[in-house]
Amino acid sequence: MSQTIALSQLDLGRQATLRSYPPAGAAFLRLREMGLLPGTRLTLVRTAPLGDPLEIEVRGYRLSLRRADADSILVEPVSPA
Amino acid sequence: MSASAAVSSVGSPSAARAPVYALVGNPNCGKSTLFNALTGLKQKVGNYPGVTVEKKVGTAYSQHGQPMPVIDLPGAYSLAARSPDEAVTRDVLLGRRLDTAAPDRILCIVDASNLERNLYLVHQILDLGRPVILVLNMMDLAAKAGVRIKVERLEKELGIPVIPCEASQGKGLIELKLAMSRPDLPLPRHRWDIPSPIAPAVSELQASLLEYDRKAPLSARAEALLLLTDQDSVRVAGSTPLTARTTDILQSWKVRWEGQGVDWAATLVASRYDAIARLCADVLERVSPEEEGPSLSDRIDGVVTHPLWGWLVLGGLMGALFLSIFTLAEYPMTWIDDHVAQLTDAVKAAMAPGDLRDLITDGAIAGVGGVVIFLPQILILFFFIGLLESTGYMARAAFIMDRLMSRVGLNGKSFIPLLSSYACAIPGIMATRTIEDAKDRLVTILVAPLMSCSARLPVYLLMIAALVPGETIPVGTKVGLMLLMYALGTSAAFGFAWLFKRTLLKGEPPLMIMELPPYRLPRVRDVLLQMVERGGLFLRRAGTIILGISIVLWFLSAYPKAPEGATAQAQMAHSFAGQAGHLIEPAIRPLGFDWQIGIGLIASFAAREVFVSTMGVVFNAQSDADDTAPLRQALAAARWPDGAPLFTPLVCLTLMIFYVFAMQCVSTIAVVRRETNSWRWPLFQIAYMTGTAWVVCFAVASIGRLLGY
Repeated sequence: MSQTIALSQLDLGRQATLRSYPPAGAAFLRLREMGLLPGTRLTLVRTAPLGDPLEIEVRGYRLSLRRADADSILVEPVSPA
Repeated sequence: MSASAAVSSVGSPSAARAPVYALVGNPNCGKSTLFNALTGLKQKVGNYPGVTVEKKVGTAYSQHGQPMPVIDLPGAYSLAARSPDEAVTRDVLLGRRLDTAAPDRILCIVDASNLERNLYLVHQILDLGRPVILVLNMMDLAAKAGVRIKVERLEKELGIPVIPCEASQGKGLIELKLAMSRPDLPLPRHRWDIPSPIAPAVSELQASLLEYDRKAPLSARAEALLLLTDQDSVRVAGSTPLTARTTDILQSWKVRWEGQGVDWAATLVASRYDAIARLCADVLERVSPEEEGPSLSDRIDGVVTHPLWGWLVLGGLMGALFLSIFTLAEYPMTWIDDHVAQLTDAVKAAMAPGDLRDLITDGAIAGVGGVVIFLPQILILFFFIGLLESTGYMARAAFIMDRLMSRVGLNGKSFIPLLSSYACAIPGIMATRTIEDAKDRLVTILVAPLMSCSARLPVYLLMIAALVPGETIPVGTKVGLMLLMYALGTSAAFGFAWLFKRTLLKGEPPLMIMELPPYRLPRVRDVLLQMVERGGLFLRRAGTIILGISIVLWFLSAYPKAPEGATAQAQMAHSFAGQAGHLIEPAIRPLGFDWQIGIGLIASFAAREVFVSTMGVVFNAQSDADDTAPLRQALAAARWPDGAPLFTPLVCLTLMIFYVFAMQCVSTIAVVRRETNSWRWPLFQIAYMTGTAWVVCFAVASIGRLLGY
């Protein structure tokens, strides 16, 4: 059984399923519009040289977002097959 | 003429003219390349009134040679706008802008290798009630990634023409123009189910928008849907606000949903993606990609964003950029300098001596020439910025620098504009258009002129020469002082950015999301075209202000006339500028400057390097740019009325520091005025920068005197 963790806590190179945004998350609407919805698979590809921001892969493209924002996004790591 | 009359019956209000197309798509999907390929060099670049968003209109020709206007709308991820660019796209498509009529037909371009996310915007656009042509760009990349798209199936599902193409190779353009030339285009057939808790609200809003807000029947549904996701749509610049009736309906639904715990916006987005997923399941076929393992882009990123190599690449690229700006720009700059001089001589030879002649030569030609001489640098910078953008490296530079920039409250996208400002603040300020957040953009514009630009170099060099006694200046002193000036300016820029973000332009940090597009080979033609357009835009926009102020400054130094036969030096002392020098002397005296330096400060308001030539006139030293020795001797001989030397080392240092901080550049002021759409910000910029210059110089002068210099 895996559990949800913050996206910012995900290991590098690891795949996860997005579970939820913060309840008062109007600011996250754009991420949803970019295809990052609850249930969407994503991969944490790398971080910038100073550890922030993060680079994730979602729906076949790359997106960068800040650690501070990733802190409040919950994901469920996909257990390695 | 029958061919031209045969235009679309749907979406074309008048049968007499060809349909107007709007080209829309996500950023990085090859939209500009397609626009250039469709319209060639027949483009008009301007600005949407009231916002600093580039307006590009071109003309494509149908198979029968009929002109078809195409508006290139700014790249957008969604109609629920998050930036001024996206707001323009939304407002033009919905016919909300008074300056741009709603397009008759929409050309929607998507990156076929990234279809799902690109289809989100398409999905919104299909609701607009206008004929749409879908262009699947980058089919080659999609194939490489192992994605096959069943084009006919997609056409059938959406009910619109779908044209596969590779805009950068010119593939698919003929088919596209054929589709665009079709006299009739069907309206999109695609229907999707609005989720049940939302659907009644959409119908109710749609009815109210139709009846009370007088929205077009075909776009009322799209407007209703947008009201539910677009936080900004209620207060749209340049369009009439919603009627109270519609606002009330919206409000009461929102209250109801909040009570039920329905996140209406998220639900709408999710249901669009559900529809897209079903569509993709039908039309996409995944085969194994041509290349296994990490993509080329990924391998490049492994180096470019590497904790060590990343910095070296960034530093190396920026170093190469500056080296080329200063070496490459030298030839055209000398050329321009020579030709401006020749032109001046020609005018002088052709016209009788007099004020009109002087107005033309010393006012207009000298003033405009002083700006045009920086054009090579500005163009090279535009070229490099365009190159960095089109390859995808720009996003990486922002990615790498974001952490550092966030320390002062900015984001990674401010990095390149600020860096460019080391060469010239103008392209730097114009490059801030890529910063979505209005506050971050404004702060970047406000602090950019603090980065020591190349026009300050002549002032620094003259002052260093005057500062060090003796014929040769030790290299260490020269380099050390230069570095000190650059460091001062840079730390001031970041300090003020930090201050402004905490006081004047405070606000919640916005969600910082940035796409990192795959690396692509740059299209040099597109980059050059963009460079020429931006350069032209700068000349047209700043030209009049620069010309005006140059003439005013000429007038100030030419009037009132000194008695016949006076030298240039005496004329300067006698003129308004000379009087103004005296007038401001009490203000600059605490800094150790006299009225003669005051003249230089006033005259160099046009451009910083003018200080050097003005000093030449004021101290009656004939010297040119290559040889500052006569001027240096003249400065060393300059005295206060009581006989004390004027240009002491302390005064030279203080003057350099003054130029680090003071806002002394008409062109920058003109560009800031244009980019912020008001005089408020450039005036504020003059006040805070020149104010800081005075305070810092006063502190330096006072401490220096205390220490006995």
